[in-house]
Amino acid sequence: MFLQNLQKQLRQNIREYGMYIALFVIMAIFAATTEGIFVSPRNLSNLIDQTGYIAVLAVGMTLVIVIRHIDLSVGFLAGFLGAISAIMLVQWGLPTFLVVPLVMGLGVIAGLITALPVAALKIPSFVASLAGMLIYRGLLLLVTEKTGTIIIPDETFNALGNGFIPDLPHFLPVGEKTHLLTLLLGFVAIVLFVLSQINDRKQKQAYNFEVLPTNLFVLKLAFVALLIGGVSMVLAAWSGISWTLVIVLVVVAVYYFITTQTVLGRHIYAVGGNPEAAELSGINVKRIIFVVFGSMGMLSALAGILFTARLRSATTTAGTLFELDAIAAAYIGGVSAAGGVGKVIGSIIGALVMLSLTSGMNLMGIGIAYQYVVRGLVLVAAVIFDVTTRNRGR
Amino acid sequence: MDNSILEMRGITKEFPGVKALNNVSFKVARGEIHCLVGENGAGKSTLMKVLSGVYPHGSYSGDILFDGQVQHFKGIADSERVGIAIIYQELALVPDMPVFENIFLGNENRKGWLINWNETIRRASAMLDKVGLKVNPATLVRDLSVGKQQLIEIAKALSRDVKLLILDEPTAALNEIESDNLLELLRGLRNQGVTCILISHKLKEVMAVADKVTVLRDGQTIVTLDATKGELTEGVMIKHMVGREIENIYPPRAHTPRNEIVLQVDHWTAHDPALGRDVVKDAHFKVRKGEIVGFAGLMGSGRTELAHSIFGNPDGYRLQGELTVKGEKRALSQPEQAIKAGIAYVSEDRKGDGLILIQDVKQNISIANLRELAARGVLNANAEIKVANEYKGSMNIKTPSVEQKVGNLSGGNQQKVSLAKWLFVKPNVLILDEPTRGIDVGAKFEIYSLMSKLVQQGMSIILISSELPEVLGMSDRVYVVAAGRIAGELPISEATQERVMQLATN
Ligand SMILES: Nc1ncnc2c1ncn2[C@@H]1O[C@H](COP(=O)(O)OP(=O)(O)OP(=O)(O)O)[C@@H](O)[C@H]1O
Ligand SMILES: [Mg+2]
Repeated sequence: MFLQNLQKQLRQNIREYGMYIALFVIMAIFAATTEGIFVSPRNLSNLIDQTGYIAVLAVGMTLVIVIRHIDLSVGFLAGFLGAISAIMLVQWGLPTFLVVPLVMGLGVIAGLITALPVAALKIPSFVASLAGMLIYRGLLLLVTEKTGTIIIPDETFNALGNGFIPDLPHFLPVGEKTHLLTLLLGFVAIVLFVLSQINDRKQKQAYNFEVLPTNLFVLKLAFVALLIGGVSMVLAAWSGISWTLVIVLVVVAVYYFITTQTVLGRHIYAVGGNPEAAELSGINVKRIIFVVFGSMGMLSALAGILFTARLRSATTTAGTLFELDAIAAAYIGGVSAAGGVGKVIGSIIGALVMLSLTSGMNLMGIGIAYQYVVRGLVLVAAVIFDVTTRNRGR
Repeated sequence: MDNSILEMRGITKEFPGVKALNNVSFKVARGEIHCLVGENGAGKSTLMKVLSGVYPHGSYSGDILFDGQVQHFKGIADSERVGIAIIYQELALVPDMPVFENIFLGNENRKGWLINWNETIRRASAMLDKVGLKVNPATLVRDLSVGKQQLIEIAKALSRDVKLLILDEPTAALNEIESDNLLELLRGLRNQGVTCILISHKLKEVMAVADKVTVLRDGQTIVTLDATKGELTEGVMIKHMVGREIENIYPPRAHTPRNEIVLQVDHWTAHDPALGRDVVKDAHFKVRKGEIVGFAGLMGSGRTELAHSIFGNPDGYRLQGELTVKGEKRALSQPEQAIKAGIAYVSEDRKGDGLILIQDVKQNISIANLRELAARGVLNANAEIKVANEYKGSMNIKTPSVEQKVGNLSGGNQQKVSLAKWLFVKPNVLILDEPTRGIDVGAKFEIYSLMSKLVQQGMSIILISSELPEVLGMSDRVYVVAAGRIAGELPISEATQERVMQLATN
């Protein structure tokens, strides 16, 4: 009975679980081929920070693709706005807490500008954002032309890409090097997760809706709890939770909430599913286009900040090919080019898959040439898996 | 050896949660017109999809014998090769291609490696003549009405060498003249030896053309009736379809319109910049509270355009004239505003701009009124499921759950979802554009009863329909639309088929 239930759930949700399984398999393979270095606390912590800026872009890109558009300008926009933040910090002497919101504001404006011809004149977003890509690339070169690479001395800013959250005094008996706050946060996360799931289940039962059988429900809770616990222990063994991870988690939480729980989210997916029907249902399609591109611009700015902080400098080529990584991550995560389908969490997993491949192959010493080929193959395999499982129906 | 061209034996086809076909047997004799009837969701379309290879061999159980041979179709191409052509309920034309290209799509007139365009156009014109459609073969399909597109589909099927032509509700979107032409066409084809399977909810036309009728109910064959032996009457068909007798098609008239005018339109002209002409010309009409106002007319007479132009003008027409809603002059520039003003519009084209096929039933029902299910922009998912389940029950929507994708529902049930969506908006004025297209007799009666109940509660309904009996049976007043103009207004006591048709065709 239990096994049957499990099998049924797995079969029904194969598409969703497929990504997690793929990520797990990739990680296991690299763990084996690098004698465990890949899964060492240090490397995993690094991997998360490297994934950060692509993950943030992928979240925004998911929504753009969901509404049947594309934004090619995000890479160089991120690079350009990264350079702008460097200039604000270094040449204008502004503090980090001003620079971050200012630059994100600029990002929103840039996104709205891309959306303008798309929404008002129905210019294909491919073209509008291609133009944006060229323009931002030019602007990036322009602002870094005289100075070349701009080194950022501001440690607060750089901490966004390299730093970790501070620790508590060790009032509990944990190892000298262990990050106590990370462990505690992990614990809190588990408790919150379990409580919210139980609450959700109760509500569903109150409405007499179908819920997972009890044993599977417990299994699911245990599995996720183990996962969160495991990850926090690994991170605690290195330097704890990085600021990048905090930012990514906040972005994911906000976007997950918007896409799954709000009217706005529903409107976005409706526009993607059938724009004409959405319009006739009283949804302002143009406004949705502006919102989605505006959010993409904002996230590009954030990605630019994370990347610049991570390098502690703004370079003349920052942002090159970010857009393609973000698009690939979104597709691996299951968005559909036909529109209306795609999940934020999926794209984050997609970004992790892409970056795990890079990191793992680097550790194995595989040449960059092969790396590109392997990443391309994984992308195709992921999309084929996605399409075939989708066609088979639920 | 008997004279059957097709025999399907013990066909069973399951979808997750639904047994669409349960051991169905179906036999068609050579050179007959065989009609397939049954309620929405009975399995008619599924049976034809099994036959034509859309659901390949192996995805169902049972045997198909065509032309005396067991067939294992792996795809549509296989069934086309043996001479089966199917025209789906969902039109399958490429909107941005001209008519002549569509007709020969996948069956091109070749000259070596190239396409012989002159021959294509010449043969396309011949095909268009054959189906009685007078359009320039170079017209883009996008610019044609649903009714004309349907005829193009038929022309496309005829352009191949067919032995068995399957039509899934071909006349659902046609007016009476077009339907009659089509039925005449089918008789002509039969005389040339083409066998036809026709699915239809219009029992009158089934009576008119069928040699035999097979009734499906809940995925099972109930009976096959032979017209030549005089077994065929509407009553018998209905009884087998729904399992009981239905006496009246229209509910008794129990409402009286009030005097209050809720919607009025004066000097209303809509110019379509894309077509470069006026689609609505100087229209005047009014709608009272608690009234059903019928809009009769031919396909393409501009009734849908008129409705769109009132409903927030989503197509971007240039409008002139006055729109008064509840005594207030309004300029509604978005469907959003029209909905807020209390107007709802149920689209005639549920797949094109009515529903979001990849989303589930509950999401489609709630989409136009999410605010009612949300607090400060956050949705109450459980309340949504509850509302959807209420409509599922009250409108008898046949689906395993409200979490089923709408694209997986049968055509008639999709139409019910489309209606439920707009009822949930709770409008003052409900515009129904061809509301019973593709709906079975039983469900039609349910919808008519529902309309009757709604107007009694004070809602006003604009009923746009090409089925004249429906307009005459339900309306309190009838406007006849012809070529974008309101050609006449008739109180129901004076509205007869002849009067209306006379105005519509003048
Ligand atoms: N792809 C699918 N996935 C799941 N269920 C399906 C699918 N296609 C059809 N069904 C279900 O199978 C049943 C039969 O559907 P079918 O489309 O054959 O009905 P029909 O007789 O053609 O009805 P209508 O007159 O409304 O067109 C319905 O309950 C429908 O919901
Ligand atoms: Mg059907």
